Amino acid sequence: MSAITLRELTKVYPNGVRALDALDLEIADGEFFALLGPSGCGKTTLLRTIAGLELASAGSVRIGDRAVTNLPPGQRDVAMVFQDYALFPHMTVRDNIAYPLRIKKVGRAARHDKAAGTAEELGLSALLDRRPGQLSGGQQQRVALARAMACHPQVFLLDEPLSNLDARLRLEARTFLKRLQRELGVTTVFVTHDQAEALALADRIAVMEGGRIRQVGTPTEVFRRPANTFVAGFIGSTPMNLVPARVHGDELAVAGVRLPVPEDVRGRLTDGEQVVYGVRPEYLDHSPEPVPDALTGQVVVVENLGSFSLVSLDVPAGDDGATSVQVVVPEGREPAPGDTGWVVPRPGRTLVYRDGELVTGAAAPPVPAPRTGVAADA
Amino acid sequence: MSADLAKEARTDLAARAAVRHLLARVGRYVFLCLVLAFFALPLLWLATAPFDDTPTIGTSLPRFTLDNFRTLLDNPYALTSLVNSVWLAGGTAVLVVVFAALAAYALSRVRVPGRDALLYGLLLLSSIVTGTATMVPLFELAFRLNLIDSRLGVILVLTGGLLPAAIFILKDFMDATPTSYEESARVFGASALQIMRHIVVPVVRPGLATVGVWAVANVWGNFLVPFLLLRGPDKAPAAVIMYTLYTEGGQADLRLLSTFSLLYSLPVALMFVFVSSRYGFRFHGGIKR
Amino acid sequence: MVRVTSRPDETVGGARPATGASPAPDAAGLGRARAAGFLVPSMVLILLFLVVPAAWTIYLGVTNYRLTGLAAAHPEVVGLDNYTKALTDERFRTSLLLTLQFVLGSAVLGQAGLGFAIAFALRDRRGPLRRVVEAFILLSWILPSSVVAFLWIALLDRDAGTLNALLGTPGMAWLLDHPMLSIIVFNTWRGTAFSMMLYAAALENVPRSHLETARLAGASTWQQLRDVVFPRIRGHVLTNLLLISLWTFNDFTPFLITAGGPEQRSEILAVYVYKVALSGGELGFGAAISFIMLLINLVIALIYLRMLGRRERA
Repeated sequence: MSAITLRELTKVYPNGVRALDALDLEIADGEFFALLGPSGCGKTTLLRTIAGLELASAGSVRIGDRAVTNLPPGQRDVAMVFQDYALFPHMTVRDNIAYPLRIKKVGRAARHDKAAGTAEELGLSALLDRRPGQLSGGQQQRVALARAMACHPQVFLLDEPLSNLDARLRLEARTFLKRLQRELGVTTVFVTHDQAEALALADRIAVMEGGRIRQVGTPTEVFRRPANTFVAGFIGSTPMNLVPARVHGDELAVAGVRLPVPEDVRGRLTDGEQVVYGVRPEYLDHSPEPVPDALTGQVVVVENLGSFSLVSLDVPAGDDGATSVQVVVPEGREPAPGDTGWVVPRPGRTLVYRDGELVTGAAAPPVPAPRTGVAADA
Repeated sequence: MSADLAKEARTDLAARAAVRHLLARVGRYVFLCLVLAFFALPLLWLATAPFDDTPTIGTSLPRFTLDNFRTLLDNPYALTSLVNSVWLAGGTAVLVVVFAALAAYALSRVRVPGRDALLYGLLLLSSIVTGTATMVPLFELAFRLNLIDSRLGVILVLTGGLLPAAIFILKDFMDATPTSYEESARVFGASALQIMRHIVVPVVRPGLATVGVWAVANVWGNFLVPFLLLRGPDKAPAAVIMYTLYTEGGQADLRLLSTFSLLYSLPVALMFVFVSSRYGFRFHGGIKR
Repeated sequence: MVRVTSRPDETVGGARPATGASPAPDAAGLGRARAAGFLVPSMVLILLFLVVPAAWTIYLGVTNYRLTGLAAAHPEVVGLDNYTKALTDERFRTSLLLTLQFVLGSAVLGQAGLGFAIAFALRDRRGPLRRVVEAFILLSWILPSSVVAFLWIALLDRDAGTLNALLGTPGMAWLLDHPMLSIIVFNTWRGTAFSMMLYAAALENVPRSHLETARLAGASTWQQLRDVVFPRIRGHVLTNLLLISLWTFNDFTPFLITAGGPEQRSEILAVYVYKVALSGGELGFGAAISFIMLLINLVIALIYLRMLGRRERA
């Protein structure tokens, strides 16, 4: 009973910056939901507006069956974990975890019991009498989580929960966090600028840009079928290859070669129109020999990434010189810089963008931007 | 041949560098010893005279006695003036810390247009005005507000003078405190006053202590304001009594003067030792560049 | 005598999001009304005991107000008479000149110069020598002014003073024969601690690598100072000079030692105002001189801000 519903949510700062622009979004009960985007996209503002730390300029926020748009943060029954964890430096771990209960006027003994219980669940029992300054980053994060859990809120809000941890610890904490959320089953919204973190943790992701939501979907959806070139460039550890193309009947003129128009958009393109051809490096196969329906170019850079390498090829791009296409090549099959290479897209994994928006086979109109949160291929 | 020459030149250079290095070291030592002598010399009297059975105005090895301290009891104003100083310093410090903390918190957390300009303006004004330039109107003002010969008057005037700098120092501390502490408490439902009591005050306690100590030290040594505003010797703080001891009434009683100086200096010296051992006597706040 | 331990030109940037949006306007949910309430006590006291006296000085300066007598009951506005009187008064001009000597000698050369020299000599030292030197310098700064004033009177005493005993110059009346030199040396002794600490903090901010680069290039100590250290701590130097100049300009402590004498030969402006206004009872004239002092203070501050601004634009 703690879904979050945002309607026409708008936040305009006094200096005129429109941080949130008429957002509509539904977050289901128990969902682990990511707000993803580059810095300045409004994701943190959105989280803080749900928390009540910012007041909406227009629109409404509902948590469960309560309208909370104008309630102060303390009455929204949410808990928030801040990027810097905001553990009070002068209190012990025990007092920190028990602090929400102290505000709720729970007696000292009862709240210390509760704090000890929560600490045990998170493996913090040995640290109860320490101060935050004496804890490692990972421990601080757990204490912050414990403090949020202690008051049994309807919703958890996490602001960049992993960004203050070093790379190795981050993976560990990510797994821990996902497991904890699954066990507690509490609706959780978190903010991140790291697409890998969002893909790994979330049940669903909202990708934001400039105060708007550009796509909402499961990790698979946003990875495989980004609804627009912005999401395509943002999601994925290497951005999608986006190459200008022109429609010629059933074929696309791309980088000096002709490739068939992907099956699902056949008939939706106008002859002669300018589009963008998109395919992820992971969905391209490299071949040192000529193969049909392939892009071809010269290998310029080979980056070894462990079990695979990222190979960049210069391919011709229309009239004005070359563009770069990247392809993932498994270990042992790397070409050498200077070689000529051919790359073939895997069937069903190529996308076509018109005016920045994905051209889909579904009946839905391709424009305007799907800011209403309907996934492009749903 | 040329290699030998080069080698010789190199050893020659090395030798010269070594000499220069040595000279620099010696020079540095001599300089520091002179500095030490310059700063220690005037202070020696304070260490010897109170314990000398026949103190003179010059510094000499004392023939040890504690009898001199008895003169403090005989003087009607010596001990009361120290109590007066405690009242003035304590009262001012409390007012400065409380008022400056409230103001600094509001200025740090709520956006007020023109806030920085206001703060710099006041700071400048306080450096300029607290001195002697406004003694005439201050005296006038105190006279009209019926604050002449009143401890409260001295406290208020001193507080007004110290507040801008105190607000400035404390705002630095408050600004350095992440707002996420307060926001976190707010999300848990804490009220503004609970946040003040539970979070802000404990977190900035070092800042409050700094400002408190700083205010006490300032008032303890302040001569001009009580000298201007207080009439009789019964309310005068130690700073003023000290001055009258060596300017009024012919030959100064060096037993009284030396012991009183020592007793009067001791609290600030101890406070300094305490602060420097606890926090390190370094610059707080803004000196970062 | 306000001692500020914080730099006035420092703006502290909070943890602002990079969005260009303003930070939470009110993190603790204080509300504008309560925030204003928090400001009221401070602002009332500051207004009453700083701003009003400053403004009052301007008013009194154009009257013939006196402490006693007819003009005490019915002060009259006399326009700029006080100012013309001051500017043509030999005693005022001498006093102004003495004050300039006092500021240049004891603040700029004495406190700042000696403070920097000590900070530089101690920069990479640890251990007892540094602690003892620092302790004595700080003691001379924190002890009450009426105590240190007497300590200096005793030190410089004509008949039994320690200084004459040490120098073998019995009967040398320092305070009578060299009153200005005495208070300049005294004020240097008194105030060097502040400059020393400020420069010590500043020197810690000079990256070691810069000095090492200069040393590798074969720069002498003086060249290192000129090319590496000073450009780096210019802001500290300016701040330091502003503050100690203002403090020294308004310092009343020399009154405790020489009381302006003998024959007004150490009568700096702060002492002059006191004598004219409160001993002599000419409140209006005293206020006019006070106002001239305020203007000079303002000029000092503006020159400093100008230089600091130029630095920031550079």
